[in-house]
Amino acid sequence: MDFRTFFEPKTMAVVGLSLSNERHPANIIFNKNYFRYPVKVYGVNPKGGMYHKEKIYTSISEIPEKIDLVIVAVRAEYVPGVLRECIDAWVGGAAVISGGFAETGRHDLRQQFEELAAEADFPIIGPNCLGIYSSGVVDSLFLPSERMVRPEAGNVAIVSQSGGILVDQMVKFAGQGIGLSRAVSIGNKAGVGELELLKYLVRDEKTDVIAFYVEGFGPGEGREFVMAASRSPKPVIIMKAGKSQEGIRAVTSHTASIAGDYTVFTSIMRQFGIVEARDEYEMVSFCESLSCYPRGIEGRVGIVTASGGHGAVAVDTCVASELIVPEFSEETQARIRGRLSESVQPIASLGNPIDLTGSAKDDDFVVAAGELSRLPDIDCIIMLLLPYIPEVTSDVGARLSQVYQEEGKPIVAYVPHVEKYRMIIEGFQLNNVPVSHSIEGAVLMVEAMKRCRSC
Amino acid sequence: MLNETAAAILKESKKYGWVLEPDAKRLFAEAGFDVPRFEWVRTEEETVAAGERIGWPVVAKVVSPDIVHKSDAGGVAVGIEGPEAMREVFGRFKGIEGFEGVLVEEMLPGMELIVGGKIDQQFGAVVIAGMGGVGVEIYKDTAIRMAPVTGDIVESMIDDIRAGSMLRGYRGAAGVNIGEFKKLIVEFSTLIVEMAGEIESVDLNPVLCTEEKCVIADARIILKKK
Repeated sequence: MDFRTFFEPKTMAVVGLSLSNERHPANIIFNKNYFRYPVKVYGVNPKGGMYHKEKIYTSISEIPEKIDLVIVAVRAEYVPGVLRECIDAWVGGAAVISGGFAETGRHDLRQQFEELAAEADFPIIGPNCLGIYSSGVVDSLFLPSERMVRPEAGNVAIVSQSGGILVDQMVKFAGQGIGLSRAVSIGNKAGVGELELLKYLVRDEKTDVIAFYVEGFGPGEGREFVMAASRSPKPVIIMKAGKSQEGIRAVTSHTASIAGDYTVFTSIMRQFGIVEARDEYEMVSFCESLSCYPRGIEGRVGIVTASGGHGAVAVDTCVASELIVPEFSEETQARIRGRLSESVQPIASLGNPIDLTGSAKDDDFVVAAGELSRLPDIDCIIMLLLPYIPEVTSDVGARLSQVYQEEGKPIVAYVPHVEKYRMIIEGFQLNNVPVSHSIEGAVLMVEAMKRCRSC
Repeated sequence: MLNETAAAILKESKKYGWVLEPDAKRLFAEAGFDVPRFEWVRTEEETVAAGERIGWPVVAKVVSPDIVHKSDAGGVAVGIEGPEAMREVFGRFKGIEGFEGVLVEEMLPGMELIVGGKIDQQFGAVVIAGMGGVGVEIYKDTAIRMAPVTGDIVESMIDDIRAGSMLRGYRGAAGVNIGEFKKLIVEFSTLIVEMAGEIESVDLNPVLCTEEKCVIADARIILKKK
């Protein structure tokens, strides 16, 4: 299935535009694209009329141009008719925002929807979804622009069964400085599901990391999904809701009791090297980490800190996550010590963690990062940066990123996220080094790389 | 594809919703798996005779379409040393609901492991393997994989089992024959995929494993509901 025009539409029709209700989802979608996106937008309503001095077309076939993307926001009973029009007009794709199908007992409408989606040779998503968001290209999320928090354009795609979770993730991405390529809300999945989108996003040149929020796969759908995901050269991250549904059905065998739905899910994700995020916090950390480093590591971590306490917490968290924190040899320690600044030399402890102490300067962090980057028994570095120690400057983020650019060994930073330290944080983030606002988050970022076997 | 005997057993068992142990054993034996020597007998005299033929001590288990979990119903006796003990066990078993005879079986040594299969709604056939026996749901020390599996995948399952090092031999105690254990799971996983349309889940519990071999000492097949 070809999603190219779906995600990169040049022309778009919004069906269901209202002349009386400015808060109608169709109007919100029309307006945001009409005013703020390069896509050419047409309004459709069988009654016709004018809107923003533009003609409202009475049907899709009346529009004089081929339409790449159709947003359907009409009452459920009219949806099959509109989809039929889409098929006849050879559109590039459709997103059905409307609800009121199987979830309200209209199984007949759902059935018609499925049949039309199967007949169409273009993607149809929904019903009951928010549609798609393609950074800088198109936005069918029916949320007024002024209410939305938009992450920057980037290389992570999110596919979500829930529209609400999708929007929430976008807010978190923006807060965390993670760039988004595509966001898709697939709603009740009567047309396109996770599998088709996965297959497309693997080939999508704007996407390097593919994240899914799923509530459940249809019968046998999970099997096809994991097989496809295991062949993906791009990291696939997944978060599952509905973990607690186990034990509802009567259980007659030990195997059925042990292998509950979620236990099976989590085991199979691991088997196929798909990175499962257990909650939204992990989801964001994993996305940030893998968007910078879409690669697998064994998980041998070198830790650099300016505080013994931070170092100890980081080691504990690493060990709990089954990461290895190997002690550096006497020789390595001597070499590093020789290059540290005079005030730090006699007081630093260098076993791993490397504790540069509160006297550390930017240069000391750079020396430590450079040395660890060249150590073959370390495959990732955690930098615990405490911006409040006196000799650290706001350049330190950019300078440490430079070490990564030169040496190529992944660096993950911890910096408290307060406005005051923004320049340090951006020094990392703008140079493709992920930053967490907690030590646990930094460790999760390392864990993501370790768990991503297909990277 | 399933062989004729297996297909016939599954069909015959539909009326119960699950496959009685002697039939399940026959199914696995037909498919090339190792099961203990056993006889399914109905009378007291026959149980004694079966014990004589198999050789004391033996294991006796009740056969009843009403009893899925035999130990819970007091329907399992191990280490039966001779005719007198056998008669006493028979006396107890014949009062159990739905009594349809006794399975008399050779008593084997080995570590108690579980190998199981389930048809998952989202992923289809999956296999589990781990520490078995009566306490299986207490330890919950098992690994799960999508079926069918290869030998390498079974290796990763053993790594995932907390007591996996006991299987490989721990502190001087003998482990189990890993090659045989792997072979059993690999073949079982293929069989589960073949039976996916008919079954809901399968327990092989325990599978008794020694340094020499792995034997399916008990098998329970729960059939798909219509």
